[in-house]
Amino acid sequence: MIRVVNVSKAFPDRIVLQNINADFEKGKTNLIIGRSGSGKTVLMKSIVGLHEVDEGDIYYGDIHFNALSFNEKKTLRKEVGMLFQGSALFDSATVEENVVYPLDMFTEQTRTEKIERANFCLKRVDMENSNKFFPSELSGGMKKRVAIARAIALNPRFLFCDEPNSGLDPITSILIDELIKEITEEYGITTIVNTHDMNSVMGIGDKIIFIHEGKKWWEGTKDEVLHSDNKEFNDFVFASKLAKQIRYGG
Amino acid sequence: MRIFHTIGMYMLFMLKVFKRPEKGWIFYRETVKEIEKLGLNSIGIVAIISAFTGAVITIQTAYNIENPFLPTYLIGVTARDTILLEFSSTIVALILAGKIGSNIASEIGTMRVTEQIDALEIMGVNSANYLVLPKITAAVLFNPLLCIMSIAVGITGGWAVGVFTGVITTQDYLDGILYIFIPFYITYAIIKTIVFAFIITSVSAFYGYYVSGGSLEVGQSSTKAVVYSSVVVLLFNLILTQLLLS
Repeated sequence: MIRVVNVSKAFPDRIVLQNINADFEKGKTNLIIGRSGSGKTVLMKSIVGLHEVDEGDIYYGDIHFNALSFNEKKTLRKEVGMLFQGSALFDSATVEENVVYPLDMFTEQTRTEKIERANFCLKRVDMENSNKFFPSELSGGMKKRVAIARAIALNPRFLFCDEPNSGLDPITSILIDELIKEITEEYGITTIVNTHDMNSVMGIGDKIIFIHEGKKWWEGTKDEVLHSDNKEFNDFVFASKLAKQIRYGG
Repeated sequence: MRIFHTIGMYMLFMLKVFKRPEKGWIFYRETVKEIEKLGLNSIGIVAIISAFTGAVITIQTAYNIENPFLPTYLIGVTARDTILLEFSSTIVALILAGKIGSNIASEIGTMRVTEQIDALEIMGVNSANYLVLPKITAAVLFNPLLCIMSIAVGITGGWAVGVFTGVITTQDYLDGILYIFIPFYITYAIIKTIVFAFIITSVSAFYGYYVSGGSLEVGQSSTKAVVYSSVVVLLFNLILTQLLLS
């Protein structure tokens, strides 16, 4: 479980996050949703430590993340996997080398064991037999799958996905969402997904947090979305005509 | 004030770079890759420029000392000293600042804007150390070899063109090359080359590492890397010359 307590963050020109409180539960797909520029990526990067927060506390289970030293954070990060918006695969490395990389860095496994683990992870994301391809030879969806394989190579306890569906067609988006949900439940991972994709919200949102102008405006599950009376949340979720018809009828 | 801020950031960056690598064999593997990319792939350009510059120095010197009282072996002396003292260390460093400096800045800058560096950090890897230390090590180890090759090719180029155009005989050229030869000049050239290799790789990596934005900013950082590393090379050329030759 990850707990965020009164987190605030500002950049020199603007306030990005104000007093955010949230619990992200283990074995569940926790979604942070909001418009572009609402602060959700900054929140995620603050949770993983890529940004220092100005105020507030972040807990990984019982561990007070903000209070950790650089080396302690480094140790904790070995239990963290992250899927980036643009996949962030290493361009100069093959698919296999990308997945093996964290194993090379942080395990003492033999070469054969690492390849076995990489093949297992690639098979898990339906990317077997793609070991020798370079990222430039893969489609957007395939890159995301390989990035997920790399993220789970070290059996992480925490998985972060920053807009995993960005740039993907609706069918591939759903496949990636389902894959994230399956992996989360299968390995009991605490997963946090940043998204503004409504299919994701309704499909995998075990827990949803809505961020608007740097503040948390709504919190609930996918089943509670249709019954929300929060105006800002409804304006965001039911922005299209079709969604409005579903929500309000007519 | 901005310059002090930049120097401070550069110092902090160097502190991140000069940490013990996570895994020795990965550092070794990356260093070998960088030697190929930054060093071996620069042999061609350094050889071509050295040969032509050696040739031009010979012809220009011959043209300028058309005086019967001046011995022709002075052409060899001039070619040797110019190549040893300045060309093969400083001018080659400026050429390499353009070639490998832009390469390093754009590679690391692209990794930054495509979040590959963030991915390394999330994994718990010291990205500055992992990405930059092999490049610095490779350049510091290999560039002295490029410098020695440049000296040899430059002097040979000067000889070949001098003999071919008839401005000097082989014997006179060799006499000039050996005339009051000071071996320390070679040490001086290699010391400068090592310092310049460090400057080019570290300054370029610095500008790539701290880029933010998109492809436009990566291009700008690449230009900055070449300009600033060249300026710092020239500044240190002055300092080292004063320290080592005065």
